[in-house]
Amino acid sequence: MAASAAVRTSMGLTLRLSRLIPDCSTCPFYRLKSCGNSSASLQRRGSFDSFRTTNRHLQTTIGLCREEDSSTAEDPEEVVNVVYIDRSGRRIPVKAKVGDNVLYLAHKHGIPLEGACEASLACSTCHVYVSDAHFDKLPEPEEREDDMLDMAPMLQETSRLGCQIVLTPELDGIELTLPKITRNFYVDGHVPKPH
Amino acid sequence: KLCPPWRCWEVGLRDALLSTCPKVCVVGGGPAGFYTAQHLIKVCISAINLFFLQARQDVQVDVYERLPVPFGLVRFGVAPDHPEVKNVINTFTQTAKHSRCSFYGNVNVGKDVSVAELLRSYHAVVLSYGAEGNRSVGVPGEHLSGVYSAKDFVGWYNGLPSCRELDPDLSCDTAVVLGQGNVALDVARILLSPLDILKKTDITQPALEALAASRVRSVLIVGRRGPLQVACTIKELREMVTLPGTRPEMTPSDFEGVKDALKDLPRPRKRLTELMMKTALERPGEKEQERWNSASRVWGFRFFRSPVEVLPDAEGKKVAAVRLAVNRLEGSGEGAQAVRSGDVEDVPCGLVISSIGYKSLPIDAGVPFDSRRAIVPNSMGRVQQVLGLYCSGWLKTGPTGVIATTMNNSFDTARSLMEDMDSGKLDVSAEKPGSLRIRALLEEKGVEPVVFSDWEKIDSLEVRRGEARGKPREKLLSVEEMLAVARS
Repeated sequence: MAASAAVRTSMGLTLRLSRLIPDCSTCPFYRLKSCGNSSASLQRRGSFDSFRTTNRHLQTTIGLCREEDSSTAEDPEEVVNVVYIDRSGRRIPVKAKVGDNVLYLAHKHGIPLEGACEASLACSTCHVYVSDAHFDKLPEPEEREDDMLDMAPMLQETSRLGCQIVLTPELDGIELTLPKITRNFYVDGHVPKPH
Repeated sequence: KLCPPWRCWEVGLRDALLSTCPKVCVVGGGPAGFYTAQHLIKVCISAINLFFLQARQDVQVDVYERLPVPFGLVRFGVAPDHPEVKNVINTFTQTAKHSRCSFYGNVNVGKDVSVAELLRSYHAVVLSYGAEGNRSVGVPGEHLSGVYSAKDFVGWYNGLPSCRELDPDLSCDTAVVLGQGNVALDVARILLSPLDILKKTDITQPALEALAASRVRSVLIVGRRGPLQVACTIKELREMVTLPGTRPEMTPSDFEGVKDALKDLPRPRKRLTELMMKTALERPGEKEQERWNSASRVWGFRFFRSPVEVLPDAEGKKVAAVRLAVNRLEGSGEGAQAVRSGDVEDVPCGLVISSIGYKSLPIDAGVPFDSRRAIVPNSMGRVQQVLGLYCSGWLKTGPTGVIATTMNNSFDTARSLMEDMDSGKLDVSAEKPGSLRIRALLEEKGVEPVVFSDWEKIDSLEVRRGEARGKPREKLLSVEEMLAVARS
């Protein structure tokens, strides 16, 4: 018994070191203690099952800490209405739940919000603009999120990183706009003359 | 360019799609290449096409890479102690394993196959091969032993095969880094990081051993201009300020006038400057003071200094000091210019690492190249002189920017390409042989590509070797070793 426990622990350590198990400390689910994937449960299930991509469509990132894909609880108090506005201005309404993570929710609904570093606060690809009415209802960003936001192009007053936003009931009606990709890229900051 | 459904039934859906689908070739298997491929592969159905029940045909993308291993600077540039930045590899892996994407490593475009051949075999070619050269400082003594480019130093500790023999001499007390961008800070941080931290990363074993024996205790990060012009960002600066076992040493007079400029600065520059000022001017808190007192290593910014010569030792072979000209600033903000004041000072050191920028190189005589800006001239990713040729990543915009910048940049090029397919500017109705032809050409030359499943053998061997040492991976260090494992 002790031997198998030791093997499981060292396996977990190995998987963590080889980055197969994510470092949970930066994921808001973990901090809010609402993460469904504790490392113990991963080991019980047979860790490798979680890492297989089940979705046939090309997903932009593997969401290792994605909340369970349960049939949605129809409890109205659990429902949070969210609208994503994509880069062409198209409004995509989504019925979400309290506790949903804005980045993984976007992936679930095919919204092209990238999450290159997989919610580790090491990139700014999940940058979104939050609707004015809801921006102040979000908890203050931690210093590390602010540091990464500083790198995001087209930063605005209501900019946040999508991977750090977890839905609560008072965020009902929140609108999240994907920043437009600027089509002007010049090496030295040159602004082209209009013609 | 569109595949009507009834034709699909005649010809056989799969054959119709595969043989007449648009085929795009991407040159370079780094972030730019993979993000461009990702964007092209997504199925897009335009409004007009929906009306006629036609879909834009799915694009087939082939990614060619010179090394046997993919991922470019994500593997060879991102610092070993920044593993989360490398998570993007999971995204790229999904793209590479998509049914409409193929990876071909160990193929040297420009030597094994020309861009002209690629243009003949594909409907479009996207050049994303980045910047493998570096800007030279251009001063006497630059070629003395002990002087390295940051590109090579970073390549050395990250296992880039061409930098394997670098063998930098770390037996000196002081290292001078020229440049104050994020790469300069990465170099300083790796030189001064405690071994306990480094030994759990994917830094190469030879580099780890060299750093374990290193006697470098002081790193000066030198820039031409002042605190308001540093090119680094706050995350990297914070890492230096809080680096265990070290203390910062800055020159308070360098910050004269900076406080007054703060209020007008955009947020990112403001927060960065505030942190610098706090570190340089304010008394640290108790815990931090303790850490500084017991620190055995020191680092600092040296502002308003330009290198004018690297001075040799008595035998004339190795660096013994750097001669720095003292500058003053004319103008302010991003556009401020450094002007020589006439004074010079000599800084004794045994290691000089120049971190003043990467530089793209021309790949092939058939590709237009702007040698002044060191990029392929383009408009929104389109290389205008050559129909069907595009570029993305650093080759398109110059060698600055992080993963997010490259992502936007690559999606932008992919969008230009798709617009051209839709508008007919790029004729995708003709069948193109794609990789069938290129692989035949390569076979004639005795070049055997490494496909993605071959890379996965290399990957799992590296991870297994790393496990034995408590590291995420132990990288293979030579192309020969990589090929041997790929073919096994």
